[in-house]
Amino acid sequence: MAGVEIRNLSRRFGDFHAVDGVNLSIREGEFLVLLGPSGCGKTTLLRMIAGLERPTAGEILIGGERMDADVPPRARGIAMVFQSYALYPHRTVFRNIAFPLEAAGLPRNVIDQKVRWAAELFGITRYLDRYPRQLSGGERQRVALCRALVRDPKVFLLDEPLANLDAKLRNTARDELKRFQRQIKRTTVYVTHDQVEAMGLGDRIAVMDRGKVRQIGTPHEVYEDPVDTFVATFVGQPPMNLIALHDGRLLGFRPENFLPRDHFPAGERVRPLGFAVRRVEYLGSDRYVYGTVTDPGAGDATVIAKLPVTVGTAIPDGETLPFAVPERALCYFDAATGARRRS
Amino acid sequence: MLLRRRDRRQAALVTISTTRRRSFADREDILGAAMLAPALAYVILLVGVPFVLAIVLSFSTATAGSLSFGWAGFSNYAAILGDPIFRRALGNTAIVTIGSQVLVVVLATAAAQVFRAAFHGKRTARFVLLLPWAVPVSLAAIAWTWIFDSTFSVINWTLKVTGLLHGWLYWLGEPGLALVAIIIVQAWRIFPFATVIVLAGLASLPQDVMEAAIVDGAGFWRRLFQIELPLLLPVVAVAVLFGVVYTATDLGVVYILTGGGPANTTHVLPTLAFQRGIQGADLGQGAAIAVFLLPFLIVVAIAMLRLARHTEVGAK
Repeated sequence: MAGVEIRNLSRRFGDFHAVDGVNLSIREGEFLVLLGPSGCGKTTLLRMIAGLERPTAGEILIGGERMDADVPPRARGIAMVFQSYALYPHRTVFRNIAFPLEAAGLPRNVIDQKVRWAAELFGITRYLDRYPRQLSGGERQRVALCRALVRDPKVFLLDEPLANLDAKLRNTARDELKRFQRQIKRTTVYVTHDQVEAMGLGDRIAVMDRGKVRQIGTPHEVYEDPVDTFVATFVGQPPMNLIALHDGRLLGFRPENFLPRDHFPAGERVRPLGFAVRRVEYLGSDRYVYGTVTDPGAGDATVIAKLPVTVGTAIPDGETLPFAVPERALCYFDAATGARRRS
Repeated sequence: MLLRRRDRRQAALVTISTTRRRSFADREDILGAAMLAPALAYVILLVGVPFVLAIVLSFSTATAGSLSFGWAGFSNYAAILGDPIFRRALGNTAIVTIGSQVLVVVLATAAAQVFRAAFHGKRTARFVLLLPWAVPVSLAAIAWTWIFDSTFSVINWTLKVTGLLHGWLYWLGEPGLALVAIIIVQAWRIFPFATVIVLAGLASLPQDVMEAAIVDGAGFWRRLFQIELPLLLPVVAVAVLFGVVYTATDLGVVYILTGGGPANTTHVLPTLAFQRGIQGADLGQGAAIAVFLLPFLIVVAIAMLRLARHTEVGAK
């Protein structure tokens, strides 16, 4: 078992900085999620750890050992699961899982034993004689995980392994994945653009944008305490509301903290804001209210309020209602740089 | 039924536009037939008719010298099957076809690997590679007769200078060597085309599957033989299918290189058919020889296409 240490790592494609001076310390046994929009460099970073992509500059250490650019993927002690699963279409499930073991030159009986053990773990024993094209998306994903597991890697690298599953399956697959990682306690780097996956799976999340890591922290830290407007608006669904104050600051608050004024107890310190309601969306467990904030200290800004069903207040379209945000839930950002301010 | 529904839909569209009359371009039934007609005429007149004619001729006693047409039944086929020269030509056709295609598959796969890598002058090299395919068969074969010439052979000269050869090779003068020469030229001719097909196949292989194999620790040869080639099989099968048909039906190379000689030992079916049917004026027997290979080629084509479909990968 081993952690991964990334120092000042960069990758340029011509003038484009895909990964731009990233420093990252992934602890032994940790589940770290690289989260960011497409093109932010998260996959390139993962591929550099795997040895599939050459860094332009910087260092990668796996288990304390320096991985120079010419250390091939097979010598890095890593296993990778691809978004498409990248199963070998002409080989049966058994021979897919056996492939890395065959490549390592293990004797046949050991291969057989290891494949069956891994297949057992993922509940795919009855598919061993099938071909990948005869399996469903979820089953293929498990085969891919199995193939990664049998190599007994120090580090798992997962590139959006749930992205090709349908929404229904994704929840159970996420749960399985997390339980599996807890069970084998192996360092895991997981790439995704889906912040729900990131929040649900990661021990820590590294939020990336334009080749740089913007913030690293627990899901809680990243959500409650974003370091800048990018993280604030990328994490969270719907995103954090931002309104420009007249003094060059941005005021940020989460939609679920923006509630009718009378909902807060009298003693709680709140920031009152007028809310001109444009439209209400009923979503079953929540109501999303779209409208404009009217406040003497701020310009007009479109915001969203997320009201749980427990808030029964009637919200008629087109009216301006007294809303408020608790002061503990307010974030301030610099309007020019987007960076977080303490006040 | 389907067409009528479509027409109605179009009629609805037309009411919106200014003209209500259906123009010629709206009449899909007529338009379709009109546009297919030239291609259909080409196939029927230049492929279908000669083909049927060849089959009819192979059952006749027709000769080039007269207009008489007598029914011969299977006697032409019986005659050629009893003829040692025909049997030799049949064997030669098989040897040349299989030999050259084995060579082509190996060379084309290797060349495709080379051309996949990035190197200086790749464009020029690719252009040069494609040349043999673009050169007219006759011109190429004449160039090769010089390479294999009994006195001036470049191959012999090179082997002599490097000390590898102590006697002298009469390339086109000995039946065995002549067949080797024919195989070399046929392979040389088909190989560029096969390389291009294999290159296209390589480009279409899913990139992440290849990378998964790298991560899984497979070295170059394991990746080549256990991942790449099996995935390329359908594409290679198509290349081989074309190669087999081109080689087995080719007249030019053998005709110019050896003319079927020495002593009728290097004939292939097309050259023998030409010799018997056109030069020897026995149209019936010539046609029988020419048609003889057809069932085999059809079987090969079906087998290859089935192989291609069977191994086709449903990656997603």
